[in-house]
This record gives sequence, structure tokens and C-alpha cells, in this order.
Amino acid sequence: MKIPYYPGCTLNTVAKDFDTSAKESARAVGFEMEDLEQWNCCGASFPLTPDNIMGLTAPAKVLSEAKKAGDRLTTLCSVCYNVLKRTNKVLHDDKARRKSVNEFMEDDYDGSLDVVHYLEVLRDDIGFEKLKETVTKPLEGVKAGAYYGCMLLRPFDDIGIDNAEAPTVMEDMLKALGATPVDFPDKIECCGAHLAMNNKEVVQRLSGNVIASAANEGAEIIVTTCPLCQYNLEGTQESANADTPNVPIVYFTQLLGLALGQDAANLGFDNNGGATEKFLKKKGLI
Amino acid sequence: MPRIGVFVCQCGNNIEATVDTQKVADETKKLPGVVHTESYKFMCSSPGQDSFKKAIKDNKLDGVVVSACSPHMHEKTFRRAAEAAGLNQFQCEITNVREQCSWVHHDETRKIGTDKTMDLTRMTIQRLKKNRDLTKITIPVTKRALVIGGGIAGIQAALDIADGGQEVVIVEKEPSIGGNMARLSETFPTMDCSQCILTPKMVEAELHDKISLYTYSEVEKVDGYIGNFSVTIKKKAKFVDESTCTGCGECWEKCPFKADSEFELGLSKRKVIYTPFPQAVPNIPVIDKTRCPKILKDKCGLCAKVCGPQSIDFTQEDQLVTEEFGAIVVATGYELMPNKDFGEYGYGKITDVISGMQFERLASASGPTGGAIRRPSDNTEPKNVVFIQCAGSRDEKRGVSYCSKICCMYTAKHTMLYRHKVHDGQAYVFYMDIRSGGKRYEEFVRGAIEHDGAMYLRGRVSRVYEKDGKVIIQGADTLSGSQVEIEADMVVLATALVSRPGADTVAQTLGIGYDKYKFYNEYHPKLKPVETVTAGIFLAGTCVGPMDIPESVSQGSATASKVLALFSSDKMAREPITAEVNKQTCNACWDCVTSCPYVAIEKEEIKDRKGNVVNMLAHVNDGLCQGCGVCVCACRSKAIDLNGYTDEQVYAAIATF
Repeated sequence: MKIPYYPGCTLNTVAKDFDTSAKESARAVGFEMEDLEQWNCCGASFPLTPDNIMGLTAPAKVLSEAKKAGDRLTTLCSVCYNVLKRTNKVLHDDKARRKSVNEFMEDDYDGSLDVVHYLEVLRDDIGFEKLKETVTKPLEGVKAGAYYGCMLLRPFDDIGIDNAEAPTVMEDMLKALGATPVDFPDKIECCGAHLAMNNKEVVQRLSGNVIASAANEGAEIIVTTCPLCQYNLEGTQESANADTPNVPIVYFTQLLGLALGQDAANLGFDNNGGATEKFLKKKGLI
Repeated sequence: MPRIGVFVCQCGNNIEATVDTQKVADETKKLPGVVHTESYKFMCSSPGQDSFKKAIKDNKLDGVVVSACSPHMHEKTFRRAAEAAGLNQFQCEITNVREQCSWVHHDETRKIGTDKTMDLTRMTIQRLKKNRDLTKITIPVTKRALVIGGGIAGIQAALDIADGGQEVVIVEKEPSIGGNMARLSETFPTMDCSQCILTPKMVEAELHDKISLYTYSEVEKVDGYIGNFSVTIKKKAKFVDESTCTGCGECWEKCPFKADSEFELGLSKRKVIYTPFPQAVPNIPVIDKTRCPKILKDKCGLCAKVCGPQSIDFTQEDQLVTEEFGAIVVATGYELMPNKDFGEYGYGKITDVISGMQFERLASASGPTGGAIRRPSDNTEPKNVVFIQCAGSRDEKRGVSYCSKICCMYTAKHTMLYRHKVHDGQAYVFYMDIRSGGKRYEEFVRGAIEHDGAMYLRGRVSRVYEKDGKVIIQGADTLSGSQVEIEADMVVLATALVSRPGADTVAQTLGIGYDKYKFYNEYHPKLKPVETVTAGIFLAGTCVGPMDIPESVSQGSATASKVLALFSSDKMAREPITAEVNKQTCNACWDCVTSCPYVAIEKEEIKDRKGNVVNMLAHVNDGLCQGCGVCVCACRSKAIDLNGYTDEQVYAAIATF
């Protein structure tokens, strides 16, 4: 099974490990992610005002390209997923905005693409039961907190990947990998997002709450789907004046790759000041 | 040549402002067959009607047109007056020139309104010329009422009908009557104990010689029509002989098997042979056949051994009975919305997050804790309790768009009950608005706040989670503009009231309408609030929508007055606006039978003199036909016509253009 794949800017640069571990894992469980031939930035924000269509053009261009490659498009980054899926819905449902965008792009994309997250492919196409059978190195004894943040889940009418207030998709995946998922109250709270640029204090407070909440419930490692969440959580831990617990923050595909037997050296566990490596060594996984 | 009179009403200035009624009268007078016209300020007034009657007599009119307001307003008035003047009342026709003409036009020259009134009136005149005399249909009435649902609304309806001297059957699907009200601890705003005021009524219903209780029973099928319903009722097997059981309780004392109590909403267990609660009416147990080992695998049977009167009968089977009724009262009630979709409140995940109805059971003297407030997880007394209102109500995206109406009041009551039982406890209430419309309701809520110290916070809760044995509530206080976090011991959700599961199936069985939330539709929300569009079927209580006890009781009594009025004579008259089949041209294709939404058309056997069936033709049952006209459109051989709206009449009206 081949599924057209949109990497997005971050996964093409600073979060390269996220990208490679996902691709390798996909191959192990039985599907191939094919990079779009041409792609551009998703725009990284969804225009909330209906009369502003400029913000829709970048993601619309991506979607139109993707449609040439197939009927589905998968992606990994929570922000890219959110923007692409919502733009796609607008282009599908709103005739007037579809017309304006298409006239601007000199294109005729109709919103018929099915935008799915990598997790949805794992859950709905492959199935966590099958995934469990493919696991070669079960993550036994790893107490992992699944951190969803905002963009993977909300707004729930548009995204609908899981119950927006009580999601379990990542926990279910972690269970299949042999890990022990840890539920924590702040798992769907905001990390502070782009305030990392101009108001670090807010980010430190919000991300700090998330880490503390997970650690308080016994999580030894936090798993995320979003490069920005990862950046903010890790940044909060690294900052000198933050007295937050030092819990490794990793992408879900990194643990997925490890459980599926990929070489740990290629999975990018060398971040987080070595905390991740240290933790995994302690657990006897690398 | 017909002799037609035309009466154009000015309706004060309502019609006159945009219609020159005198001109309409003058112009219509010139039409063939019209012998008398007049314009008058208020045709519906006493002098107006007198002049109407006088004109009919003086001019020997054989048909009249009244161009005035909607026929919904005064058709009856004028038809009655026409009859008093010696006309067949169906020779009186109304033209609506107010709601659909004068009110919608604002032309100062009055040309548009006047022209349109003339057109409409001319159409009615042409139509009237084709009218036939019709007589009201009389049908016999079976003086026996069926009440579906034995909650407070149904009980009240049954008692009032029975006190009026007519027989009633209550069908209740649970083993006991009482409904949701039996679960409540105290009732607002008077704080009288719910069971203390309900159980006397339950017992009265049981002992009343005009009332029969069919508990543990459900309505399977409804045939027939007003005055003549034929209803099939399924009496589920109780495995207990009702005629000999004394209700001594030996069987449920000795039964070694337990299951979650439906009545206690999972807060405690019941036996497998059980009555739902101690004051059950009738006080006769039933065996839960899905859990009884004797029935499932022929083991145990202890209840039969200890039963003195030998009332246990494991061979009992569900029984179908068909009985005749003249009227049906639907009082099937409500239930609370399942909360599992509200992840942010942790219901179903956190043991100490409970529903409002579960709190009622905790506070009830007959409940699982004997009336002591104890939280479910560890049975300790909660010192901080957070009440979250509008859990599902007024939330179109995730719950229901409507206000559940009773929650503001019962939440205030909960905070009072809580403070009365836990003196050092603190109640917090998150609310959107306090809706306390009702006699002494606002004072009641003020009492909860001012006397019993409930802390009311205006805002929504964003998250509820567990931490170190506490339930943490994060929310907003929009009055102070701050975020609040409360460490509580227990959370109570004021969950939305919703219709019963299967309410739609019941409606389809009965042939009554329902809305998107499966609440039943009234005939008219203001003026016919307990009637349905299906004649002879009435509605009471929360199957119509959220309402409190006083309102449910009022509706129960209201339906009783409707039923008693229907039963006041042996025969009833109804409008003759029904379809009629021309037996000469009917070719028995049965398209009418399949198209009729009221199942009013049957296949009639045509017999020769020896009694042999020679043909089958369509026949309209006057009792069931509502005069909708669907069959007329469906009939390919044009063999069906609708009395009062015949093709001839309609074409004559159209042809005037």
C-alpha cells in the first residue's frame, strides 16, 4: 500500500528523525509513504476569518498537488495535519471560497482528497492488533505519557481523529508497542505554541504544567505528534530557571521505530541533553 | 341559478387599511349567481353575525362566502351562524384576506390588496358553486382509556379519568409504577419528600376499581382510530403468579444472586428476583430472566422452595393481549442523557463524578446510603461538592440545543439537601444562567445561596480530573474574569433530559409525530398542548419535552379532561372532510392503500346476493381518515375525491383566472 505523504518544513529540517523513523516504521508494518513530488509550506496557520482566503492558498496548493498523486494524503506534524485537513474541508464545503482560491491559483481543486494522520493509518488501515504482532522489541516497563496538545484534536467537528476531550489513540498505540500508557490530566492542554517567539514565560508556565502533570501521574517519558510541542516542552526543561522534572520528550514514531526493531542510532535519541538515551539504556532498550 | 351572498370584513382597520372592502362588495355583486354583498367593520361581532344571518334568510341564500381572517380563526363561528340561519354549514366558505392578503401588503393606494381580495373572493365563489351539502360523521366510542407510562403524569391522568367514572388501563414497562419521580428524594420548591407525596397516588391507582395496572408490559401494536383503538399489549413474563403472590419478600430475601439495580442507577445491587424499590406498586416481584440461573441453566430455584403460596412459575411466557380502547394517553417520560461523551467531566472514568439522579438516590432515605451523603469511591462524606449545570443542555454541538428546564431548580435543591446533611460541607455550582421561572422558584434559589451558603460561579468547567483522591475541577468564573480551580470530593452533573430510547418506535406504533430529539409533537404548542394530530391520542408529561412535576401533573389532568369529554357521549361527531371512493371507477390498484399515512383505506369485499366475493375495492374508513388528500393524488383512475375539497371545486376555483 502506497500513500502520498506531505513532510512539511519542520520534518524536512529540524525534525528529520520524526520523518525517517515514521517512514521506516511504515515499511515495517506494510505501507509506503511517498513524498509529494512538489510541495510548499502548509502555511502553518488556518485563517479563521471567512473573508480571508489568502491563508488558504498555500495549503490548497499542497492539496491540489497531492490530488495528482492519489485520493489520500498522510502527514505527521500536528500543525500541517490541522491546516491541511481544515483547508480541505473548506474547499469541499464552501463553494464560494473554493471558487476564489481556485481562481487565484488558476487551478480547479475540489476538496475531494482524504487527509489522514499517520496515526489514523496505523489504527484504521493496519490496526493496532496487527501492529502488536509486528513489534520485535516490546517497550516493556516504559511508562509513557501521550501528549496530544491542541492541533491534533481540535476543532473536533473538523478534525475528528478521536474524542477531543478524552482521546486514546496514542495510548492504544503505546499499548500495542508493549509500553504502559500513563493518563494525565493535562494531556490535551496547550504547550504555549508560537508564544515561544515573543513570550517565553507563558510557554514555560504552560509547558511546565504539562510536564509536571505527566510526571505526577508517573510518566517517565512523554510522547508527542507535534514538532512545536516537542520544541516547547524540551525548551522548558532545558531553560536554566525552570524547575520542571527532566522527562524525555520524543516523537511517537521514535518509540514506534524502536519497538519495530530499528537501529536506535538512527532514531535521534541524542536530543534532550542525553536524557532520552540515558532513560532507554536504563530500561535496557538500547 | 345559485343564490350566493358575499360578506367582506373590514376587521377594524386590519383589512380595510390595504383593501377597499366596499369596492370588493360592489364588484362581486356583479358576478353571476351573487345576489347579496356587504362590507362590515367586524363580521365576527354579534351585530355582524346577526346581519349575516338576516341576510341569509331575507335573500334566501343557498351559499355564503365570508372574506375575512384565516379559517382557523372564525370558520366555526360563521358555519354555526349559517346553520342557525337554515343553511347546511358546509355551504359557508371562508376566504382568507387578512393573514395572506391585507397584512402582507403595504400599498397605500390599496390597489394590490383590493385586486387580490377580489381574485381570492371570486375563486371562493366559484368553488362554493360546486359545494355539496355534507353532514357530520358520527362514530361509536369505546369508553375505556389506555395510559402508556406509569410515572406521575400517567398516574394523574389515570386517576382523574377513573374518578370521572371511566375505565383505565395503565401500561408500565417496569415492574412498578412510579417512574422517575419515585427516585427523587425531596422536591422543589417545598422540599416535601417525593415518595411521601407520590406513593399515596400509586396506591390509590392500584386500589381504584376503575384502574387496571399492566406492569412489566409494553404496547406492541395499535390499530383503529379515535373512539375505537385496538391495542396489542405484551405482558412480559414475571415468573410470579400475580393472583397468589402476597409480596411477603421471602423470595428476594433468600435469592443468592445479585445484579446492578436499575432503579438505584448502579449505586447498589438488587436480587435477581426483585421489586425495584420497597414501596413498589404492585408489590409483586419479577425474575430477571437474563440472570436467573434456574431459567438459564436449571440450577438453584431457591425462591420457588421458600415461596409459601407457591407463586413462582418458571414456565411463564410473554403473553400478548389485544384490548379495545376509545382514547390513549401517552406519558412515557424521559431519561438523563448518557454522559459518556463528555470526556472533560470524567463521567464514567472518575467514580466520584455522578449524575443528578444518582445524587437524588444518595440523598433519599430509601436510597443505598439511607439518605447519608457518601461519595461512591470510598463511602466517605464529601466536604466539597461541585455541581456542574448544563451538562449537555444548551450545547448544540455536543449535547442538545434546548434548556432542560428543571436542572437550575434541582441543583439548588441538591445544594440545600447537601448542606442540611453535611453542615460543614461547601457546595459550588457552575452555571450559565439561573432559570428559576415558577411560583416561589426564584426565592428557593436565593435560599440556597443566602441561607445554605451555596457558592454560585457563573462559567463553564473545562476539565475534571483526579489527583491524590480528590477531584480537581478547572473552570472559569466569568463574573470575576478569573480561572478557578477547586479541589472537590465529589462532582454532580446536571445532565440534560432526553427522550426515552425507543421513543421514536413508540411514536411510529401510535402514528404520532416527534421532533429531532424524539420528543412528541403537540397538535399546537400553545392552544392544543396535550393533543396530537392523531385524534384520540393525547400527551402528558416529559415525553413532550423537559418539564417539572407540577407541569407534568397539570398535563396529566388536562389529558383526563380531554378523554372524559370524548367519553361523555356514546357517539362522537367529526368533520366530514374525508376521502370517498367512487366504486364505479376504482380499479383496485391499491396505490391509495400504500400511500395513506393514517392507514385509513382498507380493501373491501364486494359480495353478490349469495354472499360470494365478486370484487375487491378500496374503502375509506371515516373514523381514521384525516382528509389529507394524499390518496386523491395517488389514485390513477381518479376514483377518489376529498369531500369539501373535490377536484371539481378546486378546478372551478383555479379556472376563474
